[in-house]
Amino acid sequence: MSTNSEVADIKPPAINVGVLGWVRSHLFNGALNSIATIVVLLVAMKFIPQFVQWAFIDSVWFTSGQECHEAAGACWSVVTQNIRFNVFGYYPYEHQWRPLVAMIILVLMLIYSRDWKKWNRRLGYLWLVALFVMGLLMKGGLFGLISVETTKWSGLPLTLLLSFFGILASYPLGVALALGRQSTMPVIKAFSVVYIELIRGVPLITMLFMSSVMFPLFLPEGVTIDKVLRAQVAIIIFTAAYVAEVVRGGLQAMDQGQYEAAESLGLNYFQKMRLIILPQALKIVIPPTVGVLISAFKDTSLVVIIALYDILNTTKSILNVPEWTGFSTEAYIFVASIYFVFCFSMSQYSRYVESELEYKAEEK
Amino acid sequence: MNTEQIQENNDTAGEKPVIEIINMHKWFGDFHVLKDINIRVMPQEKIVVCGPSGSGKSTVIRCINRLEEHQRGKIIVNGTELSGDLKNIEKVRAEVGMVFQHFNLFPHLTIVENLSLGPIWVRKMPKKEAEDLAMHYLEIVRIPEQAKKYPGQISGGQQQRVAIARSLCMKPKIMLFDEPTSALDPEMIKEVLDVMISLAEEGMTMIVVTHEMGFAKTVADRVIFMDYGEIVEENEPNEFFDNPQHERTQLFLSQIL
Ligand SMILES: Nc1ncnc2c1ncn2[C@@H]1O[C@H](COP(=O)(O)OP(=O)(O)O)[C@@H](O)[C@H]1O
Ligand SMILES: [Mg+2]
Repeated sequence: MSTNSEVADIKPPAINVGVLGWVRSHLFNGALNSIATIVVLLVAMKFIPQFVQWAFIDSVWFTSGQECHEAAGACWSVVTQNIRFNVFGYYPYEHQWRPLVAMIILVLMLIYSRDWKKWNRRLGYLWLVALFVMGLLMKGGLFGLISVETTKWSGLPLTLLLSFFGILASYPLGVALALGRQSTMPVIKAFSVVYIELIRGVPLITMLFMSSVMFPLFLPEGVTIDKVLRAQVAIIIFTAAYVAEVVRGGLQAMDQGQYEAAESLGLNYFQKMRLIILPQALKIVIPPTVGVLISAFKDTSLVVIIALYDILNTTKSILNVPEWTGFSTEAYIFVASIYFVFCFSMSQYSRYVESELEYKAEEK
Repeated sequence: MNTEQIQENNDTAGEKPVIEIINMHKWFGDFHVLKDINIRVMPQEKIVVCGPSGSGKSTVIRCINRLEEHQRGKIIVNGTELSGDLKNIEKVRAEVGMVFQHFNLFPHLTIVENLSLGPIWVRKMPKKEAEDLAMHYLEIVRIPEQAKKYPGQISGGQQQRVAIARSLCMKPKIMLFDEPTSALDPEMIKEVLDVMISLAEEGMTMIVVTHEMGFAKTVADRVIFMDYGEIVEENEPNEFFDNPQHERTQLFLSQIL
């Protein structure tokens, strides 16, 4: 009895608790880890002060390009003086509030929809309305908004548009292709295999190029299909092939017994897939799927090849202006941080989804 | 003789067999896994199938709900002949419950969701009603308190009882069991067998692949012994265990008893 209570009263040795304990057990537990810690510290001590000096202390923020050349530090003016062209590109200057509002709606809707347990019909209708409003804002032509051709769509709104629909459409298409590849019906299987292998054998640049140069050759005289739409379709088709291969991995990792149990209950193919197999298989492959989708987000920058001005291309245009040449580091740091915000959010969101699903399955 | 009496009674009552397997053969590629199988199961009959590992026991019962396809002969389940017709297959599967060696519960669903899934999607039952049904069968297998948990949170014996309840929720006419206790720790075997015994007492038609000879003796109307893809011997349990006719049966029994 007394031994029990004594044991219960023992506290962990002081060395293992608190900040010191953490530092000791995580950063200096063994020779190799200690060396790594020291090396990283030395490198950080050399470069971080330099960077801070350049980026914040010696930097200029709201000057002309001429004055920038005299400053010792970073020229953030390249960003601040060109921000509207950088973000909105060739969209008519006085109407740039429209893509701005559209982007805000998109981000708010994404945040509002983040809890997938609340996904329902009502939210679906809300999205339809939101998409209509966003489209109306971008394109105009109704309610007194002047019409803006898609050739003028550029900058961040274009990047977000291509990425959002690229991801939204390629995911279900990829899942369908993965299922098709496993199909017992030879035609469907063959189509899926050929599609996946063909697309994976071709770089996205080539597909974008084909969509803009070769595809119109096959269209009848006088018919034109919007360039942005063609790029969008190329991105969807391309990304879907990669999603399909990732999902196939998930399907193959499934225990055969799950298929058999579902079948022996009398579920048909679609019920079996929707209720039993896909929820498990897609969950297994969340990390690689998000990898593919993040790549897709970043790969939208390749539309530069067909002369669309996404946010990376508007940045390049700014740097081509003589006044601002030479400040590419600052300009690219800005664009990189925009990409980072979106990609990091995607990756964090996927981890949140994953941990939510994990919790219920393994909580003991 | 017990068996024959029952069969005769059934026949005179004008009842048809629930399962008829006639001259059935199956190959895996070139491998002739089932050879000329004939089995006839009357309503409420309990049949135990045993035999060495690899003899084709699982394959036989998996053919009955078409998890495997046979290539020759006929299988008629509850009046429906199994063919490539998908609608027929789904109909048969809804009438035939199957319990697997490794339970095969759906790990992403709670216990009660595991049970109500079939009634909701196959029987088109309203959700509330299906959940009540699920709770009813969880009472029968004696684990209603686990309803809200996930399969990964309960013991093997409990999982297998849930799997049995999941099949029962479909109100099957026939239950197939493929070595339901052989993946369980010894102390859990009894709880599962007890559930199966009460099921048998309720009059369920059952085909059970098992090496639990105690279960066979208490419950079975007939024992079928398979070896190398053939039915070697078939008899009522006392005769089968006390007086096996065939040399291979004797050898097998001497090894497991
Ligand atoms: N899908 C399959 N493909 C090829 N051979 C198989 C397959 N399933 C089972 N077999 C073979 O068929 C034989 C019978 O298997 P099975 O019915 O599982 O035997 P039992 O259940 O009696 O142990 C075994 O030799 C096994 O290796
Ligand atoms: Mg087996």
